[in-house]
Amino acid sequence: MAELSNRERLQIPRQTMPTQEPLARRTNFDEVALGFTLELAQQEAERCLQCAKPHCVEGCPVGVLIPEFILALRQGDIEGAVRAMKEKNNLPAICGRVCPQETQCEAKCVLAKKGEPVAIGRLERFVGDYELERHVCPLERTTPTGKQVAVVGSGPAGLTCAVDLGRLGHEVMIFESLHKPGGVLVYGIPEFRLPKRVVNGEIDYAAECLGIKMHPDAVIGRLYTIDELLNEQEFDAVFLGTGAGLPSFLRIPGINYNAVLSANEFLTRVNLMKGYLFPEYDTPVKVGQRVAVIGAGNVAMDSARCSLRLQALHAQETGEVHIVYRRSPVEVPARAEEVHHAEEEGVIFDFLTNPVEIYGDESDNVCGMRCIRMELGEPDESGRRRPIPIEGSEFDMDVDMVIMALGTRPNPLVFNEAGGLERTKWGTVVADEETGRATKARVWAGGDVVTGAATVISAMGAGKRAAADIDRFLRGEINPW
Amino acid sequence: MYKILHKETLSDVTKLMVIAAPEAARKAQAGQFIIVRVDERGERIPLTVADHDREAGTVTIVFQEVGKTTMHLGTLEQGDELATFTGPLGHPTEIEDYGTVICVGGGTSIAIIFPIARALKEAGNTIISIIGARNKELLFWEDKMQTVSDELIVCTDDGSYGRKALVTEPLKELLEQHDGEISRVWAIGPAIMMKFCAKTTRPFGVKTIVSLNTIMIDGTGMCGGCRVQLTDGAKFVCVDGPEFDAHQVDWDLLLARQRFYLEEEKQAVERWQHKCQLGVD
Repeated sequence: MAELSNRERLQIPRQTMPTQEPLARRTNFDEVALGFTLELAQQEAERCLQCAKPHCVEGCPVGVLIPEFILALRQGDIEGAVRAMKEKNNLPAICGRVCPQETQCEAKCVLAKKGEPVAIGRLERFVGDYELERHVCPLERTTPTGKQVAVVGSGPAGLTCAVDLGRLGHEVMIFESLHKPGGVLVYGIPEFRLPKRVVNGEIDYAAECLGIKMHPDAVIGRLYTIDELLNEQEFDAVFLGTGAGLPSFLRIPGINYNAVLSANEFLTRVNLMKGYLFPEYDTPVKVGQRVAVIGAGNVAMDSARCSLRLQALHAQETGEVHIVYRRSPVEVPARAEEVHHAEEEGVIFDFLTNPVEIYGDESDNVCGMRCIRMELGEPDESGRRRPIPIEGSEFDMDVDMVIMALGTRPNPLVFNEAGGLERTKWGTVVADEETGRATKARVWAGGDVVTGAATVISAMGAGKRAAADIDRFLRGEINPW
Repeated sequence: MYKILHKETLSDVTKLMVIAAPEAARKAQAGQFIIVRVDERGERIPLTVADHDREAGTVTIVFQEVGKTTMHLGTLEQGDELATFTGPLGHPTEIEDYGTVICVGGGTSIAIIFPIARALKEAGNTIISIIGARNKELLFWEDKMQTVSDELIVCTDDGSYGRKALVTEPLKELLEQHDGEISRVWAIGPAIMMKFCAKTTRPFGVKTIVSLNTIMIDGTGMCGGCRVQLTDGAKFVCVDGPEFDAHQVDWDLLLARQRFYLEEEKQAVERWQHKCQLGVD
């Protein structure tokens, strides 16, 4: 293909991602977004202006070499694109699917000023999937250092940290409390958004290349304490990437009735335990005919969309799924794409609505929910307008299942007998933002356990920065304590 | 994978397994539990630690075949392996010298009360034990309980062995006979038994500890499926328990929550039995 002028590049429309039709996909757990073909990917890659100062890279928490990989892709050098990608991103097939590109790299794309940005996320996924299938660019280890690092938690932060440390020649063992690695990528994010074969494929491939050891079924804080890892088990450093796994429940009457559950429980049953395949798999998962999901983050969207699918699988044609949110559409914290997909699939949004009580029947099963209408007042400390109840506006919702998706906090279990490890009043670990250093010697932390619930990619960024700092420490270049 | 080193049949439906789990054995204490998953398609269920041997690197579990998972587990033999064996989880029993204590074990939970009674005995307590089951066939470890008890009462619901009584009857008599002398009661068994033990001891004002076995998935505080309502708020059995003050527990809600998946459990059992008859799997 002849080299295009910038004017010609600007003429090319942003390529649309092929997806399953809404009506079809709400009856299955298969992936919604089907991925670019090579033609679509190359057409999209042609849109990139190859800016001399690429702002997109500034928008990426791990600094992916975006113009480089896109250039290689459009020149037909897909292996080159993979190599450029994996310079900075160890898990592109995952990031390409779950990163909020619209607020990161794509938000900074120069094309976004006048039209639509380059679909960087979709291109990333294309490159990641290509590599996942062909393994053309295995990760390589530098000279072994003989140093050993314990990474606690195998979610986005832990995995990224482990892979970077492995590349730098350190021996890494990942301790995971559940039976499968991946953390929120396997227990939280549903199959239709992030297929488990992608997660398992990325993890297995990276671990194999770098000799990373995986210890599942290991609840740190119980099986070993952090002190034991450092002293008895003789790890030179510990990285905590244990996420924010504790669910929050509304403090209203009726939250312990049957069919009131945390999004964590619901999603874990569906995703990690494959409850949607019950009885082929042993873990059951129930779904109501009229489900209310409380909250409007990504976890709420995932819960709502899983509910729709379970209703279809359980052949409940009269099923209804509501998102109940106390603020307005403007404040919705979920990614725009997730909200859009949920709407397309038929999720009903009840904005400015707050539950005040859940009703139970004689068997202690949910049989309704009392709500109150809200209005927005002055901005609160989060900068969003504070929702205020409208007096006398209470009404009853006819629901038989309530899923609480109200955000999560770090699990304190890991901190058992971890003297000297300072935490905030929110239960998060006090750690330096740039280096991930915690207040306890030879301990680093990153991801949701430090920030509270945030995004996959910001956790990956923290894992990466911590790995670099741990490396400097292990090589004797710094000794911060 | 975690190998089954030894299997014992305690009754037709009650099995004991000694599992090779050297890391868990280092830490296991009476009162804690393990999350077990039989195979790749299995569910995660909590089983209380019945015993451990740090030197041999083993943890012992005892279970009754009541659902698909425990039935499946019961078909495994020495040399077979479990997919998941995570723990020890939860808080251990608070062992101190309290004075004179009563230890009640019902059905399969005789295996759970035994290590607690043993630890309490070693700490200097005088132990009065009551063990009970529906019938003689379901009773086990009378001899073991004898070795750690200063007094042992054995009863069955149908009178086929020992005294014909529910465990609450001798419990009430003991509290009356030893009024003011009993410092604490441990009552471990089916939820309904624990509920009535709590009711029995309440008028005597004797602190009563129960070990709750609720539905849970991860066992680390993540799912919240195990939550139980106490007088001072909701708690998670997995991280706040599994032992609680029996007089604080909302028993009716606990019993209702245990019944939530009854339909699915029945379906899974029927499917399993059908498969077994066909001789597949």
